[in-house]
Amino acid sequence: MKTHISYWNANLMIVIFLLSIWFLSSFGAGILFSDYLDNFQIGGFKLGFWFSQQGSIISFVFIIVLYCFLMNKLDKKYDSEED
Amino acid sequence: MDLQVLTYLIAGASFALYIGIALWSKASSTNEFYIAGGGVHPVANGMATAADWMSAASFISMAGIISFMGKDGAVYLMGWTGGYVLLALLLAPYLRKFGKYTVPDFIGDRYYSKIARFVAVLCLIFVSFTYIAGQMRGVGIVFSRFLEVDINTGVIVGMVIVFIYAVLGGMKGITYTQVAQYCVLIFAYMVPAIFISILITGNPIPQLGFGSKILSEDIYLLDKLNLVLNDLGFNNYTESVRSKIDVFCITGALMAGTAGLPHVIVRFFTVPRVRDARTSAGWALLFIAILYTTAPAVSSFSRLNFINTIHNSEYQTTPQWFKNWENIGLISWSDKNNDGIIQYGPGNALENTKPIFSNKRGENGERLVINNLSKNKNEIYIDRDIMVLANPEIAALPNWVIALVAAGALAAALSTAAGLLLVISSAISHDLLKKIFRPSINDNQELFFARLSAAVAIAIAGIFGIYPPAFVAQVVAFAFGLAASSIFPVLIMGIFSKRINSAGAIIGMISGLIFTLSYIIFFKFISPELNASDYWLFGISPEGIGVIGMLVNFFFAIITSSITKPPPEEIKTLVNKIRQPS
Repeated sequence: MKTHISYWNANLMIVIFLLSIWFLSSFGAGILFSDYLDNFQIGGFKLGFWFSQQGSIISFVFIIVLYCFLMNKLDKKYDSEED
Repeated sequence: MDLQVLTYLIAGASFALYIGIALWSKASSTNEFYIAGGGVHPVANGMATAADWMSAASFISMAGIISFMGKDGAVYLMGWTGGYVLLALLLAPYLRKFGKYTVPDFIGDRYYSKIARFVAVLCLIFVSFTYIAGQMRGVGIVFSRFLEVDINTGVIVGMVIVFIYAVLGGMKGITYTQVAQYCVLIFAYMVPAIFISILITGNPIPQLGFGSKILSEDIYLLDKLNLVLNDLGFNNYTESVRSKIDVFCITGALMAGTAGLPHVIVRFFTVPRVRDARTSAGWALLFIAILYTTAPAVSSFSRLNFINTIHNSEYQTTPQWFKNWENIGLISWSDKNNDGIIQYGPGNALENTKPIFSNKRGENGERLVINNLSKNKNEIYIDRDIMVLANPEIAALPNWVIALVAAGALAAALSTAAGLLLVISSAISHDLLKKIFRPSINDNQELFFARLSAAVAIAIAGIFGIYPPAFVAQVVAFAFGLAASSIFPVLIMGIFSKRINSAGAIIGMISGLIFTLSYIIFFKFISPELNASDYWLFGISPEGIGVIGMLVNFFFAIITSSITKPPPEEIKTLVNKIRQPS
């Protein structure tokens, strides 16, 4: 039971960490600070515009890949792997 | 070769492929019918999820809408993909571990209540039918434009195809057909995008071409677009027009709504293990991201191409595509200054927005409308849904590319329609009949009822396609708002809290639902004239109100649960069980 609780807490930490990146890359860079980021330019893109139409989506993919990696590692540590 | 013959060939070949796959993977038990036997490979499931999720709206309408919204179009891009992060991190692995057939199954078991299950079924059916109506319209547009048949015939052909593989094959048939449909639709989306990117910028990758300089001109594509639009009197393409709070809430509602869509969630019940559910969500988002990062590039290319081809050109010498779309009523031109030349600009060309055509033709051969003309200089009405479909024609690409786009649009519409039909049929046969009203039926009878309700649902969807209710466009906001304010919060609380009980869940769902429904109904149907930011609650449009509905749901669920009895011991055991992969 005790390992269950610490597994769950570790799981929650991973989720909270990744959801903060999720929030920053979309609601943050894509919406809230987007106008400020528009002062910077990469290639033909204003940075805020790029985040709202490209960067946020690319970060989402990385977030899920990272999630799979971290959770598989956690499962191994707690010997919680399925057959 | 002739475009129409080519379209018949390519679309026909893709249909034959789908039916072949369906016959090969026929479902023989309820387990196979509902969740494909639970043995789908995560990559295959990722593709199927992507096809399931990317609907006619994503394929046909989204890039067109963004090309007219500019930067604010990001609400759809971020909203519809960001929901996958919520789904992957907060729902998919746990619901897979729970390991049953439907979304109401989880809600009914976790909240130990038939009422909760019943409310969930109602939300699910409403959300899914709203969606299907949109798919059938998509099928109708494609058939009428490219195969030049009557819209009704087109819808019936689409119904027959979906009937064959959804009713026979169930989830198993649908899954493998969707894998094929993903391949068709992504190929069909990418080929013209790559072609056009090369034509305009010389860069074969649309995501990069979008940020490159225009060939033989020393100016970035987006800067050029801003310049051209400014000249015509439009706002900058790369600047936001809507208020921040509204953009924030619409994005949030679309995200939570996406994560709460039953036909997407149920796909994660089909993989063998919890870790496969996680991986599969990653693959699904990767496959979706390929299209979703291309779409905004397509939007900017097509806006520029459209203006360059149409503005200040003589009507009589415009390319054939312009007249073809005018003939089916999705473009109109009214020569306000009688110079025979097309002028494009901001504002609606016509009063009442959409053209109502008379049977007469003007002196240049254009179709005349009976609308009053508005006072601005814009002479063009263009339906935003046609941008993706017309794009290859605007850029004068070869006929086989145009035929391919038609096949891709059909794949997108049919795959989503099939996924939706399946969740409707399983909600009726499994949740309503087996679990609530007639628990005595055996597996074979349940399978029969599943097929029967799929068939009835297809018929209803077809009727929506043939007689599209005038409110289709308005109710799209419902689907996401309702999923975000009803289904999503109770799923989250069911997994992450052991304290929320049945009373809390029921009150939560109902309050979220009623709040969101009444807000949307008020602004869309009762007082549409008040539908402007001055009258909105906190400046949030009906499209974004689902976020507040979601908070209402959380709030009442928590309050109600804290003043009533905690859930029984076995529910706590159930929650502990779904939190552990093994």
